Amino acid sequence: MEKFEKVSGIAAPMPLVNIDTDMIIPKQYLKTIKRSGLGVHAFAEMRYDDQGNEIPDFVLNKPAYRESQIIVAGDNFGCGSSREHAPWALADFGIKVVISTSFADIFFNNCFKNGMLPIVMPQDVVDVLMEDAEKGANARMEVDLEAQTVTTSDGEVFPFEVDAFRKHCLLEGLDDIGLTLAKAPAIDSFESQMEQARPWV
Amino acid sequence: MSPKTLYDKIWDAHVVQQDEDGTSLLYIDRHLVHEVTSPQAFEGLRMAGRTVRSPERTIAVPDHNVPTTPGRENPDQMPEESRIQVAALDTNAKEFGVNYYPVTDVRQGIVHIVGPEQGWTLPGMTVVCGDSHTATHGAFGALAHGIGTSEVEHVLATQTLIQSKSKNMKVEITGKLNPGVTAKDITLAVIGETGTAGGTGYVIEYCGEAIRSLSMEGRMTVCNMAIEGGARAGLIAPDETTFAYVMGRPHAPKGAQWEAAMAWWKTLYSDDDAHWDKVVTIRGEDIAPVVTWGTSPEDVLPITDVVPAPESFAGGKVDAAKRALDYMGLTPGQKLSEIEINTVFIGSCTNGRIEDLRAAAEILKGKKVKDGVRAMIVPGSGLVRAQAEEEGLAEIFTEAGFEWRLAGCSMCLAMNPDQLAPGDRCAATSNRNFEGRQGRGGRTHLMSPAMAAAAAVTGHLTDVREMM
Repeated sequence: MEKFEKVSGIAAPMPLVNIDTDMIIPKQYLKTIKRSGLGVHAFAEMRYDDQGNEIPDFVLNKPAYRESQIIVAGDNFGCGSSREHAPWALADFGIKVVISTSFADIFFNNCFKNGMLPIVMPQDVVDVLMEDAEKGANARMEVDLEAQTVTTSDGEVFPFEVDAFRKHCLLEGLDDIGLTLAKAPAIDSFESQMEQARPWV
Repeated sequence: MSPKTLYDKIWDAHVVQQDEDGTSLLYIDRHLVHEVTSPQAFEGLRMAGRTVRSPERTIAVPDHNVPTTPGRENPDQMPEESRIQVAALDTNAKEFGVNYYPVTDVRQGIVHIVGPEQGWTLPGMTVVCGDSHTATHGAFGALAHGIGTSEVEHVLATQTLIQSKSKNMKVEITGKLNPGVTAKDITLAVIGETGTAGGTGYVIEYCGEAIRSLSMEGRMTVCNMAIEGGARAGLIAPDETTFAYVMGRPHAPKGAQWEAAMAWWKTLYSDDDAHWDKVVTIRGEDIAPVVTWGTSPEDVLPITDVVPAPESFAGGKVDAAKRALDYMGLTPGQKLSEIEINTVFIGSCTNGRIEDLRAAAEILKGKKVKDGVRAMIVPGSGLVRAQAEEEGLAEIFTEAGFEWRLAGCSMCLAMNPDQLAPGDRCAATSNRNFEGRQGRGGRTHLMSPAMAAAAAVTGHLTDVREMM
């Protein structure tokens, strides 16, 4: 996995609450056996009309936001299905950070597995960041994972919380599976205890 | 020893290792796999030269893409992309040696129906699947939740998951349910009360007399939608109803092992003075048959109510409700029971079990589907289908004018050919009413199987109590 460093980029405002994973990547694009190439389908039903033409009003179609690396979103972003195609699509589009007051649990977990950082902020901070994002292409927001801060285009700095282990994995670009396989002896010993305690499993 | 919740007890029994910050390596007893969220995981294993650590604990079944019409053993019935995905599961299941139920097997069905039916899901287990509705298995007092594909790969390779513990939430449904009120109404009413993010960060345990009185099928319906309330998982403590359901299933323990299992299972309940981080109590008597009016499962109201005005909400929900009403083609003040539908879908991992089909048949007996309404019943598994045929339910459905389908996820998420066309309005027993969920431009109203059957007969959303 690529290391997550600082992100300095354009933030797209998506104030709608409950943006679900069906919106982020509609089901017809789940029929892939690859992880890559989904960016063009991100938000497909909001982004394109029935003929496949771009809907100009949709934020990521606007000239100012086509290169967005950050999304500032309404409450409960990523609710619904467990499909990792959602973060795959966002990452493939170029999104590295999503900021909201809350995220659905599975989506939140999935982001970290793909080098993306979901940031939970209180409502008043999200309001400020949303306003900053509304400014468009000339306003670059900065996210510093090491320092755990988001800085607006006006230089206002907001700290954020992140799980220490997940931060470490993102900063170092670590592969979870490799880390866990190194603990194989502990898993072996758990399994032999389990054979005694719960032999029916 | 300090008092524990059921969740605490299952968690503690599965911790392989815990770091100082609380991050834990959790052992996984059962890993369910379907064709949509697994190909990239198996491919990842292959690329890294890794194997499946416990193929005997891994169960694979194709369900999302498969057609539900006759002749589907022939893969050419599927569009190319679906065919490739199902073929990939077939290859992966065989190559890695996991338990597998292909479409040609009568036991095939929706993964969350097959698991319990075959006795793979047992009390006190950890169960995961690359599918958010894994919450279903919580009905057995198993800690069950959805995971992403990277985690699917992690479980395949290590039989563990890296997890942080959630908080404990108790949802108590007291008293008895009124006639016409079902498990689906309970679970929708809870989401209506807590909102779709109300359970975020929690594992919910459902309890109270109304929950205890439910069959295993009903309990699965309740837990299935815990995810729609934002919770990582839903749980119901196992009891005699659970044990009676599990006993004799193909993969349930037998003989001395059954006795040993029962001894442990009977300890699986929340201690009286256990700590709850959040408690929600709803009187069973206060729950009415409900339907959804919007595009989020929290948009729930009793069928006797009217379409709400967006201004009656607060914050970001005002705009969301405006957008939802626009998408749904509804006007504030309109009676919910006057909303006309042209499609009925009975099925899914929420309501595709035998009890659901019996409830629908009860309403449909001797009646006809309204002209102009397309109605289908998709059993949750081949065995549910066979049982419904044996009980004479299938005949009631076909005589009423329902399409009687083969098992699969079908129109719940419309990855197979069963889809809504733009503007179609569907009375559905599934779990999500999101924009485009059942087909682009399709409009979904969630409800119980009996309510969906009633709507099929009248052609509009209907208070099932009027037909009882």
